[in-house]
Amino acid sequence: MSIELGHFALVLAFALALVQMSVPIIGAQLRNETLMRVAEPAAITSFMLVALSFMALTSAYIQSDFSVLNVWENSHSAKPMLFKITGTWGNHEGSMLLWVLILVFFGALVAFFGRNLPLSLRANVLGVQGAISCAFIIFILATSNPFARLDPAPIEGRDLNPILQDIGLAIHPPLLYLGYVGFSIAFSFAIAALIEGRLDAAWARWVRPWTLAAWTFLTGGIAMGSYWAYYELGWGGFWFWDPVENASLLPWLGGTALLHSALVMEKRSALKIWTVLLAILTFSLSLLGTFLVRSGVLTSVHAFATDPARGVFILGILVLFIGGSLALFAWRAATLTSGGLFQPVSREGALVLNNLILTTATATVLIGTLYPLLVEAVTGDKISVGAPFFNLTFGPLILPLLAIVPFGPLLAWKRGDLWAVSQRLIWAFGGALAVALLALVLVDRTSVLAALGIGLGAWLVLGAMTDLVIKSGLGKVAPSVAFSRFKGLPRSVFGTALAHAGLGLTTIGIVAVTTLETERIVAMEPGEVVEIHGYNLRFDSFRPFTGPNYTEDQARFVLTRVTGRQLGEIVSSKRFYTARQMPTTEAGIRTLGVSQLYVSLGDQTPNGKIVVRIWWKPMVTLIWLGALVMMIGGTVSLLDRRLRIGAPMPRKKAALAQGGQA
Amino acid sequence: MTRKQKRLAVIAGAIGFLGLATGLTLYALGEQTSYFYMPGDLEERPVAAGQRIRLGGLVEKGSIQRGDDTYVRFAVTDGTESVAVQYSGILPDLFREEQGVVTEGAFDQNRNFVADTVLAKHDENYMPREVADSLKEKGVWKED
Repeated sequence: MSIELGHFALVLAFALALVQMSVPIIGAQLRNETLMRVAEPAAITSFMLVALSFMALTSAYIQSDFSVLNVWENSHSAKPMLFKITGTWGNHEGSMLLWVLILVFFGALVAFFGRNLPLSLRANVLGVQGAISCAFIIFILATSNPFARLDPAPIEGRDLNPILQDIGLAIHPPLLYLGYVGFSIAFSFAIAALIEGRLDAAWARWVRPWTLAAWTFLTGGIAMGSYWAYYELGWGGFWFWDPVENASLLPWLGGTALLHSALVMEKRSALKIWTVLLAILTFSLSLLGTFLVRSGVLTSVHAFATDPARGVFILGILVLFIGGSLALFAWRAATLTSGGLFQPVSREGALVLNNLILTTATATVLIGTLYPLLVEAVTGDKISVGAPFFNLTFGPLILPLLAIVPFGPLLAWKRGDLWAVSQRLIWAFGGALAVALLALVLVDRTSVLAALGIGLGAWLVLGAMTDLVIKSGLGKVAPSVAFSRFKGLPRSVFGTALAHAGLGLTTIGIVAVTTLETERIVAMEPGEVVEIHGYNLRFDSFRPFTGPNYTEDQARFVLTRVTGRQLGEIVSSKRFYTARQMPTTEAGIRTLGVSQLYVSLGDQTPNGKIVVRIWWKPMVTLIWLGALVMMIGGTVSLLDRRLRIGAPMPRKKAALAQGGQA
Repeated sequence: MTRKQKRLAVIAGAIGFLGLATGLTLYALGEQTSYFYMPGDLEERPVAAGQRIRLGGLVEKGSIQRGDDTYVRFAVTDGTESVAVQYSGILPDLFREEQGVVTEGAFDQNRNFVADTVLAKHDENYMPREVADSLKEKGVWKED
């Protein structure tokens, strides 16, 4: 496929976005049905055009067409096919195109599933979506064109950054963008509600599943990014409080708050104005994240080649959308009426507390991330705000939230009984205490902090289980009745329990690995043995090996228990990517239960030995397994039939066909 | 409690929590941020022993000495001044002579800079931004 076709399709999509952002909104103001109906075909056609444009770029990557500048800069003919395809978004231009593709994909989904939304609401929502795609398509066309040609065409490309040549690139950015961009739907609904000055039942029923879907994807995207950095960079860290990581955490925290406040709005029609504000803020944080990552104002592995013009452009988009939406909010919010009174101690009260803590924690992360930029702009001093800042602020603020999570789902709406709920949680509390004591006695007698942290995680898991037990009436009614009640529980109850239990697992993983990890750094030569945490690691051999587009020195280690049981090999290597002349470290990782042994190679010492760094990472996989459980919780909750009653879900087959095209 | 008192208690609680968060943030910003220095800046703005800073520049040619196991000494230079750095651990993949580097640590009592973190660039197009900016200011930046 000709790359020019892709370029042309994107220009056409821009023109269409101009129509989509103006005609339906004007139509809604004039109450002209014909004009409002323009939104739907415009959104679907936009998606097809951007998809065509994206396919054109992908096919240039697959064919290694080095006459395209972007392909030449980021690909190589000897690269494995998977990395040729994923390389499409392994660079600034291509990843922005993926961003826009996902944006118009969501727009098309709204157009498709939203057939029985009120006509004017649908027109306004799609109009706002059109405005966002318009801004980002012009950004690509003006400053980040992936379709530029190169003449004469070089014979060979410059290859993709070796760190990105990994299966992680196939999963992490698409999931992350599905999350980031998915919040645009909540944003568009919020703006549409402000334009119309009306919030009804359809609004809340619509916003929550979209937010939930975006949140689920974002959870997966962040967890995948964390695991990728963990195994690929060879430092063995799972979170660095790097500004770019924070940029993805911020919308996640905002989205989590939104999810909970939308719940109050849907069930009790309270917190309306707050929910609208959170919807705006969450997508604003997504935009801010895009700006921080794409403008190159921050030093990071994610900052591809930087160009000041791009930074200024995205800053413009940011100011326009955030400023505009907040101004609209200030002007129109008063027209939205609120309802649903409740006592401080109630489900609503718990959810408000959740929102208070989450938004405060979001604010501290935001301040820590932006403070260096602010200080540099004002005084010119270059400072860095690192992990100690976030551990000192985010940590103490989020801990109380974790402690009260199990109470929330057990409290009644409107007026709850804290004492009764505490009694119901007594078994979970006892269990958590037992886990903490066991951790203290069996794992490490010196670390009280570790024991408390692990106990906190267990409290979350057991609390989530208690919720299911209480709601099915187990122990109070006959087991068969309890079982049928259990089966009959709404899916969203399971979703909540799974998400909260997943949070508990992640907490256990983080606490265990930060407090109980052991590390050995030794210079070794073949034949030597190192002992770590009851395992013997024998350095077996050190040999060269040639891959498709790299050469490497492979160190093979034989792992045995101290008792002598054989556990197989661990291979760790130093790789050298020939096209980019760039070395990387490939860690050797062995999963033992939920813990991992992590082996990474350093340099050679003057006497010919190899520096080897070995970590025992206790329960580290729980960090990502917990995220996976949270994702499952989100998905289960999305399948709740209550979300479909009254909310439109027409023509399932057609929907599947649409998903297949994406 | 009357409704009004309840409401006041809730508001007071929320304000207390926000106050705590603000206090923590201000304290942490004061204590936990580290300033960036190039070797030449140290004369103008002296740094006390034990104060955490980030020291950046180029790895001086011929200065890398590897000791036993993981101990390394090297010098960080900005073209005119240079500072000796000690580090024990695994160096980043792209740590090389005459390449940009940012080290984080503190001076000990004998004015040796002991680093606990060494960051190098991620690929050949990328130099730690602070280092690149400072080298440009000093006019020793070379485009390659």
